[in-house]
Amino acid sequence: MWFLALCFFRKRIRMSQPSISKSMTTGESGLALVFAVTAFLCLIASAKALDAPFAFHAALSAAASLAAVFCIVNRYFDRPAELPPAEINGRPNYNMGPIKFSSFMAMFWGIAGFLVGLIIASQLAWPALNFDLPWTSFGRLRPLHTSAVIFAFGGNVLIATSFYVVQKTCRVRLAGDLAPWFVVVGYNFFILIAGTGYLLGVTQSKEYAEPEWYADLWLTIVWVTYLLVFLGTIIKRKEPHIFVANWFYLAFIVTIAVLHLGNNPALPVSVFGSKSYVAWGGIQDAMFQWWYGHNAVGFFLTAGFLAIMYYFIPKRAERPIYSYRLSIIHFWALIFLYIWAGPHHLHYTALPDWTQTLGMTFSIMLWMPSWGGMINGLMTLSGAWDKLRTDPVLRMLVVSVAFYGMSTFEGPMMSIKVVNSLSHYTDWTIGHVHSGALGWVGFVSFGALYCLVPWAWNRKELYSLKLVNWHFWIATLGIVLYISAMWVSGILQGLMWRAYTSLGFLEYSFIESVEAMHPFYIIRAAGGGLFLIGALIMAFNLWMTVRLGEQEVQMPVALQPAE
Amino acid sequence: MSFWTRHQAFEKNSIILIAGILLVIAIGGLVEITPLFYLKSTIEAVDGVRPYTPLELAGRNVYVREGCYLCHSQMIRPLRDEVERYGHFSLAAESMFDHPFQWGSKRTGPDLARVGAKYSDDWHVTHLTNPRAIVPQSVMPGYPFLSATEVDPDTIADHMRTLRAVGVPYTDDQIANAGADMKAQADPDNAGADAFAKRYAKAVVRNFDGKTGTPTEMDALIAYLQMLGTLVDFKLYNEKANLR
Repeated sequence: MWFLALCFFRKRIRMSQPSISKSMTTGESGLALVFAVTAFLCLIASAKALDAPFAFHAALSAAASLAAVFCIVNRYFDRPAELPPAEINGRPNYNMGPIKFSSFMAMFWGIAGFLVGLIIASQLAWPALNFDLPWTSFGRLRPLHTSAVIFAFGGNVLIATSFYVVQKTCRVRLAGDLAPWFVVVGYNFFILIAGTGYLLGVTQSKEYAEPEWYADLWLTIVWVTYLLVFLGTIIKRKEPHIFVANWFYLAFIVTIAVLHLGNNPALPVSVFGSKSYVAWGGIQDAMFQWWYGHNAVGFFLTAGFLAIMYYFIPKRAERPIYSYRLSIIHFWALIFLYIWAGPHHLHYTALPDWTQTLGMTFSIMLWMPSWGGMINGLMTLSGAWDKLRTDPVLRMLVVSVAFYGMSTFEGPMMSIKVVNSLSHYTDWTIGHVHSGALGWVGFVSFGALYCLVPWAWNRKELYSLKLVNWHFWIATLGIVLYISAMWVSGILQGLMWRAYTSLGFLEYSFIESVEAMHPFYIIRAAGGGLFLIGALIMAFNLWMTVRLGEQEVQMPVALQPAE
Repeated sequence: MSFWTRHQAFEKNSIILIAGILLVIAIGGLVEITPLFYLKSTIEAVDGVRPYTPLELAGRNVYVREGCYLCHSQMIRPLRDEVERYGHFSLAAESMFDHPFQWGSKRTGPDLARVGAKYSDDWHVTHLTNPRAIVPQSVMPGYPFLSATEVDPDTIADHMRTLRAVGVPYTDDQIANAGADMKAQADPDNAGADAFAKRYAKAVVRNFDGKTGTPTEMDALIAYLQMLGTLVDFKLYNEKANLR
């Protein structure tokens, strides 16, 4: 039916504008048709659903598919007969639309994710905040927090910056016409399905891979399209070399695809129900999970954001990367070693010792490429250190690299088995994760967005550098409160669990260790609250930059050939 | 030609670069994961571990759904304090039918790998409904809604069939009687209770939540918690035979 409607529209537009021959591209008509069929199938699935969350998600997918058809057709009517040119006056005509969309969504999900983090931190301090309802309890909100900050906030930052960096460093327009839009909108739809699913109790309980089989399938389609758009842009590049940042983006995209497919194979109980059982069981499932889980850190939260470091720090500091050769070594050593580190999440478990030892050994070795990358990022500021005083955005980027150095020292240390016997299962792990997540990923993302928003919206500068300064200090204070509270509580917990009296009895009951955590949980929540306030200041600043910022005048400059 | 010049092959050709990335990231995973599927020593030879009963399976699904694994581990490490606090360290065999595994990564609450038979059913009902009624310092959320939701005996066989497809050895007999077994386990007066007990060794038949009628999610979750860690008899377990 939708196809007939499309044909009708095509005819009508041809009749009304006989002078210009405007017709839908294969992509437009094909994608509209696919979405029309999808909408129909989703409606059937919704009607036949075995459980309420599945019915809701199918209905949501049907509505989204219809909206997609409408948007594609509407866009076709609004656009001129010709698609946007690849170049205007010999300069690449960069595609900024999807980048703007992803930047906006990053900020939106970031605030949502930080807020949910604050809520669950408060629940641990004051359990009454769980309200004894299924959809507000800690167990359902915690995956919502981790997914919102890692995949929704981090993911949108990565997509936005990668689409920007790959165009600029290849000096060509982004590959594909609808494909980049499919990637950014499709990815955010995945987030919506995953997030609402957690609240409704749809989860496969694999940490950082909680979404059920149908969300996983959809993500696979979106992710392959992402890879094709990114690769397509690199292939048609005008520069002979592929820029360093793009190696890291490519490793991130390819490896995440491999990890996603390796960790998630599952058999649904019914194609009309949300529940599935994962193919792997017991010990193999544990190993697959932490091979995935640790490399979600290694490739999503590290390789992808290192790409940001390799483009945005040199750009903002107006200095070349410190050492090209170091970046080559950094790249290959990092991606080779990271994959091995997963078993350090399973020290002293039923996983065989040989696997644990391999995991520990490679985790310790991983310290070296990590610090190589940190040095490469920091030393890029050689000759421009004074800018740290005047440019809070650069300061944010540089401090993020310092946090990266700190948590990539802490990580290998915690992967040593004896240290791990104390730190594992405690809040120390949570503190370690957050020094990386808030300090490194958060700050490098904030720095990148502060650069990217004026560039993408063609604004001369940010609305207010003073507000960036406030954001920087409030968020830094928040991080310090957060991680020091978790260090103390984590080590305290670990020591209390293993404390013995002089008579050889365990000194503390478990609940005494829970009680001892209370003050630190309050401090942690306060730290998280400060971090959230910082992000709100940032959102206001970026909003005003787009609303009120002065348009930058494009000066025609002759392009210098690269050396 | 120096190394740095040779490296330009990667810098100038995206397909070679992707091939290089795939090769480099494949090694670690292959070396660490594949042997776990064929090395005999990976999973100990132990008597007693069986697939979950229909009611326990439904309870386990509640455990997964509510994200219990986010605060409770099910993996006791072979450390002196853990063995004294929780019991014998966990064996790989004890979770071999777990799809997915529930070892967890955080102990905001205590480990549950051997919580089975430690507390009474009454204790669990009160504690799950309002944890602070029993443990005033607890930060655990309350789950009063579990008592109000019934489990579905009609679809549990489909779940067991799916699990069998991914490798859990449910018998035809167990699948054929899944719905009846589910009701029987929560009702000692049920005519099928004896047949059920034969199908599942060491399974406990009790009215877990103390209420009559179709079993609730509270019944299911408690049935699951009460069997955790009880299947292997460590008086008979030969540790030396399984040294790895």
